[in-house]
Amino acid sequence: MSEASTSRAKPPKATAAELTGYYRDMLLIRRFEERAGQLYGMGLIGGFCHLYIGQEAVVIGMQAAMKEGDQVITGYRDHGHMLACGMDANGVMAELTGRAGGYSRGKGGSMHMFSREKNFFGGHGIVGAQVSLGTGIAFANKYRKNGAVCVAYFGDGAANQGQVYESFNMAALWKLPVVYIVENNQYAMGTAIQRSTSETHLYKRGVSFNIPGEEVDGMDVLAVREAGKKALARARKGEGPTLLEMKTYRYRGHSMSDPAKYRTREEVDAMRSHHDPIEHVKTLLIDLGHADEDALKEIDREVRAIVVASAEFAQQSPEPDPAELMTDILVEA
Amino acid sequence: MPAMNMIQALNSAMDVMMTRDPNVLVFGEDVGYFGGVFRATEGLQKKHGLTRCFDAPIAEGGIVAAAIGMGAYGLRPVIEIQFADYIYPGYDQIVSEAARLRYRSAGDFTAPLTLRTPYGGGIFGGQTHSQSPEALFTHVAGIKTVVPSNPYDAKGLLIAAIEDDDPVIIFEPKRLYNGPFDGWHENPVSPWAKHPDSEVPEGHYTVPLGKAKVVREGNDLTVLAYGTMVHVAQAAAVHAGVDAEVIDLRTLIPIDIETVVASVKKTGRCVIVHEATRTSGFGAELSALVQEECFYHLEAPIARVTGWDTPYPHAFEWEYFPGPQRVADAMKRVMEG
Ligand SMILES: Cc1ncc(C[n+]2csc(CCOP(=O)(O)OP(=O)(O)O)c2C)c(N)n1
Ligand SMILES: [Mg+2]
Repeated sequence: MSEASTSRAKPPKATAAELTGYYRDMLLIRRFEERAGQLYGMGLIGGFCHLYIGQEAVVIGMQAAMKEGDQVITGYRDHGHMLACGMDANGVMAELTGRAGGYSRGKGGSMHMFSREKNFFGGHGIVGAQVSLGTGIAFANKYRKNGAVCVAYFGDGAANQGQVYESFNMAALWKLPVVYIVENNQYAMGTAIQRSTSETHLYKRGVSFNIPGEEVDGMDVLAVREAGKKALARARKGEGPTLLEMKTYRYRGHSMSDPAKYRTREEVDAMRSHHDPIEHVKTLLIDLGHADEDALKEIDREVRAIVVASAEFAQQSPEPDPAELMTDILVEA
Repeated sequence: MPAMNMIQALNSAMDVMMTRDPNVLVFGEDVGYFGGVFRATEGLQKKHGLTRCFDAPIAEGGIVAAAIGMGAYGLRPVIEIQFADYIYPGYDQIVSEAARLRYRSAGDFTAPLTLRTPYGGGIFGGQTHSQSPEALFTHVAGIKTVVPSNPYDAKGLLIAAIEDDDPVIIFEPKRLYNGPFDGWHENPVSPWAKHPDSEVPEGHYTVPLGKAKVVREGNDLTVLAYGTMVHVAQAAAVHAGVDAEVIDLRTLIPIDIETVVASVKKTGRCVIVHEATRTSGFGAELSALVQEECFYHLEAPIARVTGWDTPYPHAFEWEYFPGPQRVADAMKRVMEG
């Protein structure tokens, strides 16, 4: 089983309600990120802020495949993952603005948010670390026999960190219920994958650990969901980890301060106009007669209202009390 | 002489050394094609070729280790760790290998690598883009630790580091890259071009490792500072109206103890400032040294102004950052003591 495989079987089926849900959830992420970008431009968000625009189908497809109780852990490009987990847009936006109403009460910022309730284990700024942390979460699942699977997301750049492979070995050795998702958006900051990576088919990276890998069209929410279902089922059966390489693309710069001069306008435009994950579902909905333009506009209005409210909340929420600076360092007596 | 900001000065140092010495090469994350996230390596790949300035995968352990091996066999690698906050995956290689190769081979092999890394706060970077981890390195025997505070020194120290036969870590105060930020964060920062230390020769020169510099003479008290805090300390002296002598340490290890002792013996008072967390920070070492060497000259307890013992927060940038007000308050306290 060690040879990794690429599969693109016949298009999977989805109900009208499912497709509509994916459309709405992806749109929420996109509109949220657009708004975050605006607030950043207005100086209301400081520091580092990495937008997920373009990659929405990955988290929404995976979320559709997951079960209640499964955990998510990711890197710093985390707003979409949090919204997909059902975390509150207000709390996410208010963390970006560093307010008391933010998920980490202003201590974490864009890259560091968590929700025990939604099984979201962060938001981590150190590239690659979350892969190993997720492996530990998966160990705890197995130990506690809770039937849950941890989904650990990371980037194509993160795939070169040594600790990723330390963890792959452990996960396969101990048959841990974890699904590794590499979101290959083809760039790590200003460096295109072929400048930093000897084997750019990242789904092969688990081969020597006997971790099966699959390349997935990460711009197609249904392809993601199908691959996710298989990998999750395998993990739940006790067969160990799977590595899914999601081929995707980020439309914006690496972070808000990156003008992305290392790639061409045409490259970005080609992705946007021919592979956009949201347009893809929109076309499906209309072609299959599941929705008309009016219904979609209504969804857009609903999503915009959530995002506008979150931006409002993020500006109204008070600055955290300076005493917060000194708390949560060690357990408080 | 051209006016350079700190980035241009660092770039010039690498360019000069790559031109002079074919064994000098430069690599790290995003440094090649892209020219570095802070642009410090801009143009070097174009000028010196792909084999001498190139991109590395995101793998700090591997980057440091490769540089050690290169250095052991005669090359002079200059590596960039994109932010000091990302140095920890390479820490084992720095501590266990680079710092000890000379000792355990009885001088047969050395690791003459130069590691450049931006450090420090004031940029709203939160806990993964703001840290000042210098004390984790000054604590380790076998590495030199350098912190420049202006373009002239940055270039001269970097060249000296590249020519040095031991591993040298240069912590570059990223808040100073574009101008001498003095901690009054609500004021605009004037560009380096208006500062005398932006006059940087285009060619080769060195600023010797292990030599501090008195950047402001005074008689009331001595301030020991490095990096961004050199500028903060000078602003604080003005604000407090204290005739402070400010010493820019420039190199932490080996420390220029003569310059420190001479000043403290003259003033009888000492304030130590750094951005890093307080406990076991480099200020603790400085305080111990001053106490050991100058005890009978001291007229007041030594004061430390530092970052708080917390992770670097996302909100509270200026509550955390030891700005000129906090330094001025300490100066006044020490004058009363
Ligand atoms: C250990 C470590 N090294 C370097 C960085 C700086 N850094 C942050 S993101 C990034 C690029 C990561 O790219 P990728 O994994 O492809 O994720 P993407 O940004 O494309 O989502 C780098 C080099 C870091 N945060 N942590
Ligand atoms: Mg990437």
